[in-house]
Amino acid sequence: MALAFPFSAIVGQDEMKRAILIAAVDPSVGGVLVLGDRGTGKSTAVRALAALLPKMKATVGCRYACDPAAPTGACTECDALKAGVKKVKSHLVPVPVVDLPLGATEDRVVGALDLERALTAGVKSFEPGLLARAHRGFLYVDEVNLLEDHLVDLLIDVAASGENVVEREGLSVRHPARFVLVGSGNPEEGELRPQLLDRFGLSVEVSTPTVLADRIEVVKRRDAFERDPQGFSDRWHAEDEKVRRRILKARDRVAGIEVPDSVLERAARLCMALGTDGLRGELTLMRAARALAALDGDAVVGDAHLRRVAPSALRHRLRRDPLDDTGTGARVERVVAEQIPG
Amino acid sequence: MVAADPIAPAAGVPADDPSTVDPAVLRWADALRAAALLAVDPWGFGGVALKAGHGPVRERWLTVLKSLVPHGSPWRRIPIHAGDERLLGGLDLTATLAAGRPVAQTGLLAEADGGLLLLAMAERVPGTTASRLCAALDTGECALARDGLASSRPARFGVVALDEGVGDDPPPAGALLERLAFRIDLGEVPVGVTDAFGAPGDAGADAATVAAARLRMASVEVGDESVQALCATAMALGVSSARAPLMALRAARAAAALDGRDRVGPDDTSLAARLVLAPRATQWPAPPDAAPPEDPPDAPPPEAPPEPEPESDANEPPAAEDEDTVPEPQQPLDEVVLEAAKAAIPPGLLASLMLAANAAAAAGAGRAGVMRATRLRGRPAGTRPGTPRDGARLALVDTLRAAAPWQPLRRREALAREAAGAGAGAGAGAGKASASQRPTSTPAPRLALRASDLRVARLRERTETTTIFAIDASGSSALHRLAEAKGAVELLLADCYVRRDRVAVVAFRGRAAEVLLPPTRSLVRAKRSLAGLPGGGGTPLASGIDAVAGLAEGVARRGGSAVLVFLTDGRANVARDGSGGRARADEDARDAARRLRVAGHATLLLDTSPQPAPAAQALASAMAAAYVPLPRADAASIAAPVRAATGLGSRRAPGRAR
Repeated sequence: MALAFPFSAIVGQDEMKRAILIAAVDPSVGGVLVLGDRGTGKSTAVRALAALLPKMKATVGCRYACDPAAPTGACTECDALKAGVKKVKSHLVPVPVVDLPLGATEDRVVGALDLERALTAGVKSFEPGLLARAHRGFLYVDEVNLLEDHLVDLLIDVAASGENVVEREGLSVRHPARFVLVGSGNPEEGELRPQLLDRFGLSVEVSTPTVLADRIEVVKRRDAFERDPQGFSDRWHAEDEKVRRRILKARDRVAGIEVPDSVLERAARLCMALGTDGLRGELTLMRAARALAALDGDAVVGDAHLRRVAPSALRHRLRRDPLDDTGTGARVERVVAEQIPG
Repeated sequence: MVAADPIAPAAGVPADDPSTVDPAVLRWADALRAAALLAVDPWGFGGVALKAGHGPVRERWLTVLKSLVPHGSPWRRIPIHAGDERLLGGLDLTATLAAGRPVAQTGLLAEADGGLLLLAMAERVPGTTASRLCAALDTGECALARDGLASSRPARFGVVALDEGVGDDPPPAGALLERLAFRIDLGEVPVGVTDAFGAPGDAGADAATVAAARLRMASVEVGDESVQALCATAMALGVSSARAPLMALRAARAAAALDGRDRVGPDDTSLAARLVLAPRATQWPAPPDAAPPEDPPDAPPPEAPPEPEPESDANEPPAAEDEDTVPEPQQPLDEVVLEAAKAAIPPGLLASLMLAANAAAAAGAGRAGVMRATRLRGRPAGTRPGTPRDGARLALVDTLRAAAPWQPLRRREALAREAAGAGAGAGAGAGKASASQRPTSTPAPRLALRASDLRVARLRERTETTTIFAIDASGSSALHRLAEAKGAVELLLADCYVRRDRVAVVAFRGRAAEVLLPPTRSLVRAKRSLAGLPGGGGTPLASGIDAVAGLAEGVARRGGSAVLVFLTDGRANVARDGSGGRARADEDARDAARRLRVAGHATLLLDTSPQPAPAAQALASAMAAAYVPLPRADAASIAAPVRAATGLGSRRAPGRAR
């Protein structure tokens, strides 16, 4: 595998980096949607983060790379492996980042009958698809707004349930598929279906830096990386290491972070003021603020955390007129400023 | 660059009097330079989008390119409908069946490693293919995870995307274009120009210089001022992607390396800006005084009017001069580079670029293959004989059913063959499932399957609908009616949003029709284009109908269906050629309407005249449109009949495809 560009060497794009870090700390936040032009470092950031994450423990022999500590009943392969032995063997594997190509066929995504074994050995067996490969990692969909509708349906379903159920070609298989869905796209090229939009936990908007100096820095760093990937990565290793430690610590801590009632109330008020549909907004807001507090090393979620994650967590949830072209981000920020003064 | 510069464009160009140089010659020279640069680092540059019809000019350029890359490096061609099994490799199904064990085949992408990949008819290439290429360009490898095979092979190649689009054909997939450093348009280069210096040697470089440059390139130094100049130029031209200045930087480095120098000079930077940045321009750079802040006040005013010809000349001759000094010492490099890039933007390109970008965006990278889609996507709808390639899905049960009756016969046959051919000629002839071929001795196969048994699933997909609005904005459609029409269209747009339809807007007024909005899913843009629509002027009805027919044909060609909605009073007074006269205009309009009828799209005509008018009625019957008179329209009352008449409202029955 080629070296990935170091995460800490990405210039600017703070909101996107923050959102991806939050999703890495607490995958239950529910995926990140990145909207913006091409060539703004969207896929670079995702790949960089995955490369940064420590390898994960996976059960040897399980095709879905399940966590050995996962409870039984979630994965048939693990259950079969665990039966009869005290402790299954495990090994370390890199956190997967799986690309979902735009033209992917349904069988490639959900998995299908293993043709080779069916033809040569006469065995009916399941060949896992992209969803299985993305389990415990990231599923990256570039140009998610141009994705075929029926694939979008699939993603929505699996992302919500954390489980992929395959009923086709005489197969009946279910396997765990919990992943952080990262979608990117340019809204000018097409709208995203509202159902899918809502399914993303965080939504960020990226644009090319407008300051010349920043753009020069982007080009210089990328150029340096391409000429000498190893050397460049070595130079940024210490910085990346810091980010890695921050994520790991935050993961340990996130469950114990306290969310005071006053903050919950503020979150609820904020969502009411914005008129977001359903309760997903509040939930995501709370989870994201908690993950951010964990990243920051704070023990209690405060207004400051809420304020920083609110635009990402809410901007895509406003009930909106499809013909209204004013940015929803600005609306969120205004309401946030009203509701959480300071 | 120095006189001995191997890639100076002027090898065969009369450089002594540059002001008389034909722009086509310069363009050809630039094309050759791009070929030389590309040959230095095919994968690094991603490749080139070559817009040219099939013909001697393109062939010559390809010959030149081929002569520049090291002898024997891969040169592969992807046909338009190459499936995944050919692109990525996979299980060779026929061979697998014949051998009775998995036989893998290498894909084109891996085969092209280290060389160039020609993409035929790039503008029609399905999104799947484009996304495969993009992935390989990004990672430099070809990850294969299909048919039970999993491997990753190096695939560092450059793409030559042969764009044969003409007129308003949408350009190749945006994601792919973005990753190709160069864009060359040979459309207007006459063969005569290439005769003058189109021999393989005339690119200035040859395989040896390219090979030397490949070695040198990594060590070429780039000064900060060059990086800054390229970034500033990209910004001034409205090129937002960070890939563009990076590619330009690489081009500058390659140009210096070709030249045998160890440091990027100002001319290299200018060249890079011209070849890489200029074709991506989305805006005309602001005049120097309003330009980026680091512009010094002494910017020479004569530079301000950006006249393509003199500018390009200003840049060409220094290439032939034997000095490495900056040609205009007072001028900062930023400006020199920007001027160079500006010079390379042909007049009118920008406008067409924007239009093309819109069209491409609307078409979407994933949509080019809609016509094939029935094989790939959707819900099952029966089976047919065929091999499961290109993503077509094997229908296992039907395959087995097809094979079942033959089993006893085949088994007997296999046994007989085994007995007879234990010696030499085993496996000859049609013995596809011959067990005797296998070294490891499994007994006779449980199932003798032949390629002819295979059945694949047929899939059915909802075709995409594009609603094309044609709005008569002439003076005769009174202005308040125009407002009503706009309101109705907006209501319909909301409907289209629900159905995920695409919309397009054509307006006709004054002398001609104008496509305000090529088919798009972005309703915001549709609304914006409407809001800015002025009214008044004549009624060029024929042009309007023609424009709609053109759009609709494009939609149909891509496998979608078009619904046409005309909002007009049917009273034409401007003929096709833009001349006045009611009689001619009427005749033209009726002619256009009849042609439209032949195409057979679902059509609706909303009569916007104050009283139901015979003219509109006649027009509607000529184009076989449903006629809806709207004596007293408000927006809602227009929208309702459209929904009913086009049957759109009921189109998306959820269970339809099942």
